[in-house]
Amino acid sequence: MGMREAEAAFQFDDLDQQRETAGLGMWTFLVTEVMFFGGLFGAYIIYRMAYPEAFAAASHHLYMWIGAINTGILLGSSLTMAMAVHAAAHAHRRQLVGYLAGTAGLGAVFLVLKGVEYALDIHDRIVPGVNFHAEAFAAFPDRAEMFFVIYFIMTGLHALHVTIGVGVIVVLALMAKRGWFSARNHNAVEMTGLYWHFVDIVWIFLFPLLYLIT
Amino acid sequence: MAETAISPRGYLLVAGLLMLLLVATVGVAMLPLGPFGLVVAMAIAGTKAALVALYFMHLRFSTPLMRVFAAAGLLWLLIAMTLTLADYLTRAEPMIGEVMR
Repeated sequence: MGMREAEAAFQFDDLDQQRETAGLGMWTFLVTEVMFFGGLFGAYIIYRMAYPEAFAAASHHLYMWIGAINTGILLGSSLTMAMAVHAAAHAHRRQLVGYLAGTAGLGAVFLVLKGVEYALDIHDRIVPGVNFHAEAFAAFPDRAEMFFVIYFIMTGLHALHVTIGVGVIVVLALMAKRGWFSARNHNAVEMTGLYWHFVDIVWIFLFPLLYLIT
Repeated sequence: MAETAISPRGYLLVAGLLMLLLVATVGVAMLPLGPFGLVVAMAIAGTKAALVALYFMHLRFSTPLMRVFAAAGLLWLLIAMTLTLADYLTRAEPMIGEVMR
């Protein structure tokens, strides 16, 4: 039942240094992701400042409760991910596998709800370039359409990040089941956790900015 | 090590706070706060993000170097947004060149 012990790779003094290096590397990647999403948030800010009424009207056509529930789901999944890292650090293999599976499961539920929401959006004919019907926004058709362009691109990009995260976490769960991680060396779990928490943070901002414009 | 500094109960506490803040987010949106509503919503979102970053991402117990890396992301985003807004906000009307319908 014991996990495999590991040695630091040859370029590191010890496992602590290896872990610190992994963390710095992952944070560097997350900084690039902040800039990536940041550009889109920037576009949102500019257009919302220019066309506030159109954005408020368009925002009302989103399914706020799906967004709210999805926010709760992601917050919960960050909890299970933190628990997974904790389990890894204490060599509780069964808990580690369980929490990783739970995180992936919650991520999958998020994606299912997102898919349902997109289906409803398509049915409501608010998809730019596909079937956008401007009657509901007669006063500002193109401005409202711009909101939905930003909505679909930002939530779509975010959903892509969630999908990738779920895939990686599933692989981690399988690896954990086979004893790949030890209490002293489980960097992959911890770094994936950083990525997952970042994806959660992006949604924490996306939800009020897209769904709650008054 | 940083990852063992927080107990499961600690994580549960943070998660509970996050859920409360989520309820507050939705609740605040239903109040007639006008433009102040956005400020409050962003303050709540910022608090949630800080909780996730400090406790779930262990920044509270990381080395200073790690915190510098994380802060750099925020700083660079602020720089980019400030410069962009400095352009748009100092234009004569309209704010965006080609006015949309």
